[in-house]
Amino acid sequence: MTAASAALKPEQAREMYYYLRLTRSLEEMLARLYRQGKVFGGLYSSLGQEAVSVGAASALGPGDWIAPMIRNIGALLVRGIKPREILMQLMAREGSLTHGKDGTCHMADLHDRHIVAPMSMLGDLIPIMTGVAMAGRYLGHQTVAMTWIGDGGTSTGAFHEGMNLAAVQKAPLVVIVENNQWAYSTPVARQVPLRDLAERAGAYGVASHIVDGNDVAAMLHVTQQAVAQARAGQGPVLIEAKTMRMSGHAQHDPAEYVPREMIEYWKARDPLDRCRTYLTQNKLWEPATQAALEARVERELEQELAAAEASPLPQPESAGQGVYCEGCHTIEPRWLRDKDELTPPKSAARAQWTVPDFGG
Amino acid sequence: MATITYLEAIRQALAEEMQRDPSVVLLGEDIGVYGGAFQATAGLLETFGSERVIDTPISETGIVGAAVGMSYLGLRPVVEMQFIDFIACAFNVLTNYAAKSHYLWGAPVPIVIRGPSGGGVHGGPFHSANPEMHFVHTPGLKVVCPSTAADARGLLKSAIRDNNPVLFFEHKFLYRRIKEDVPDGGEELVPLGKAVVRRPGRDLTIVTYAAMVHASLQAAETLAGEGIEAEVLDLRTLAPLDSQAIFDSVRRTSKLLVVHEDVRTGGIAGEIAALVTEKLFGELDGPIRRVTGLDTPVPFSPPLEEYFLPSAAKIAAAARELAAY
Repeated sequence: MTAASAALKPEQAREMYYYLRLTRSLEEMLARLYRQGKVFGGLYSSLGQEAVSVGAASALGPGDWIAPMIRNIGALLVRGIKPREILMQLMAREGSLTHGKDGTCHMADLHDRHIVAPMSMLGDLIPIMTGVAMAGRYLGHQTVAMTWIGDGGTSTGAFHEGMNLAAVQKAPLVVIVENNQWAYSTPVARQVPLRDLAERAGAYGVASHIVDGNDVAAMLHVTQQAVAQARAGQGPVLIEAKTMRMSGHAQHDPAEYVPREMIEYWKARDPLDRCRTYLTQNKLWEPATQAALEARVERELEQELAAAEASPLPQPESAGQGVYCEGCHTIEPRWLRDKDELTPPKSAARAQWTVPDFGG
Repeated sequence: MATITYLEAIRQALAEEMQRDPSVVLLGEDIGVYGGAFQATAGLLETFGSERVIDTPISETGIVGAAVGMSYLGLRPVVEMQFIDFIACAFNVLTNYAAKSHYLWGAPVPIVIRGPSGGGVHGGPFHSANPEMHFVHTPGLKVVCPSTAADARGLLKSAIRDNNPVLFFEHKFLYRRIKEDVPDGGEELVPLGKAVVRRPGRDLTIVTYAAMVHASLQAAETLAGEGIEAEVLDLRTLAPLDSQAIFDSVRRTSKLLVVHEDVRTGGIAGEIAALVTEKLFGELDGPIRRVTGLDTPVPFSPPLEEYFLPSAAKIAAAARELAAY
């Protein structure tokens, strides 16, 4: 544990452990359901990297926005998505947020929980969340937008375009580069000729941090700093969280390409073990508290599964509905700013560039 | 009433929508201080300021992605592609993300992507394309192709107020060539998905859009001198397609010629031919014919480009054959 973790309040530390445990237990439950044929499609796990999601998402304020990727179930849970919503989504049920039209963690809730959906193509969430950040600023919300991207995703053109655009716009955006060492079967060294992916931030003139992604308290602490920087108008911040994907790319993948010693190295740094040790050493819980907390997680998940299983599969003909939004949504921005500033005559500007040092 | 160009109509639509609704913002390359490569946004930075007229890096994916994110908070961003050919650079975020957002996640994306398309100005193979069908083939997107100044204004206003991603293909050949009387500052919206008969006729139907409306009208004028009355139907929007208007016209004439500048294979003509064959096979008095661009990139040199493009003469020749059938 780093010095940063000493700053954790007891109830905060226990809550973080709750979310770490909930994430892991939910994913274990999903793996069982997958083997039973109740989960459709691919199942992607965040085993070993739960702290990156839980720590980062816990640093946000109520109105902030997230766009998680497939290994960020923990972030969804912290931001108020219920396990049953994840279960229904992966079990392709009518009651899921996407009514069976999309799988994995591809779900959104723009109105209440400020969650933007991911898609399978990597990188595009950076410009999309740049836009979310810009719009929040435009409307006077003082909110921050956060998204995650893997080490592999940083090789895309969309990542570059988004980082650069966010930087020139000084958008209040926090990007968590979740370096889990593997892009499917390809190690970081074959994707990026840098030891630290955070170095990429320098090319965009963007502030960056490197953090031990398996230390949930350090993760929280660093992200809190980044969120504060972004919210203060200092522009986007990139955080590289070093972690390890402890299972295959998805359930079908035994990941035999990963050196066994590497698994052992990271097993000794398991984020849940470390959080438990921290809580015990700092006397932030009693053995009974731990047992009660873990029993609570198991009990909740059984209830959540029962609720999810009660939801039917969708009606086949609903496949043909909802391509276009025709009167089903009222789109009204939430203004927390005087619109007059953005309307003539107050909005008038001079069409002239200034180039202070003439670029020489 | 004022006589304005197709280009001025677009500028007016943007200015009037921005005036009406502060949630309308513009993003694009060189659109602010410079006023846009074709000056479609000239003067808008001066009026609305740099928060609403945003000069961006050369990053089509970045800009379209940002517009999608902005729209999630209820803004209505309008993105300029300097030439519509560059929309290919944003293909992924448009077709995989914006187009699917409402269907999958219940998250509407009220954005407009607009820009100059089409040939006839010797722009060469990267500044002359008609890439509309990539997007007509993508459920979730709307595709608009205006042919007149009044339509350019009225359709762009409708596009901005629409709750879906709308791709707005402005034909650059028409920018300064088309001038017409348009009522001042009105609310004359032109609805998306409604075709219009530009010239009535009884002998055959010419279905077309964008610059080819004008070539088709010219051909119809020539044909009228020969006693052939061609009806010219301007689609205005390709998605949604006004198939009812096509059926109504073909029922009147029993003969169909589809004209588009886009390449032949996979052009909208094929889809229209399929629709009409399925619905009105028994009422057709001749084969459905096409006059289209070649199945090539748009070539640069004037004689090559002229050979590539449909023209009034080519349309008239095909119409004569069909009328005689």
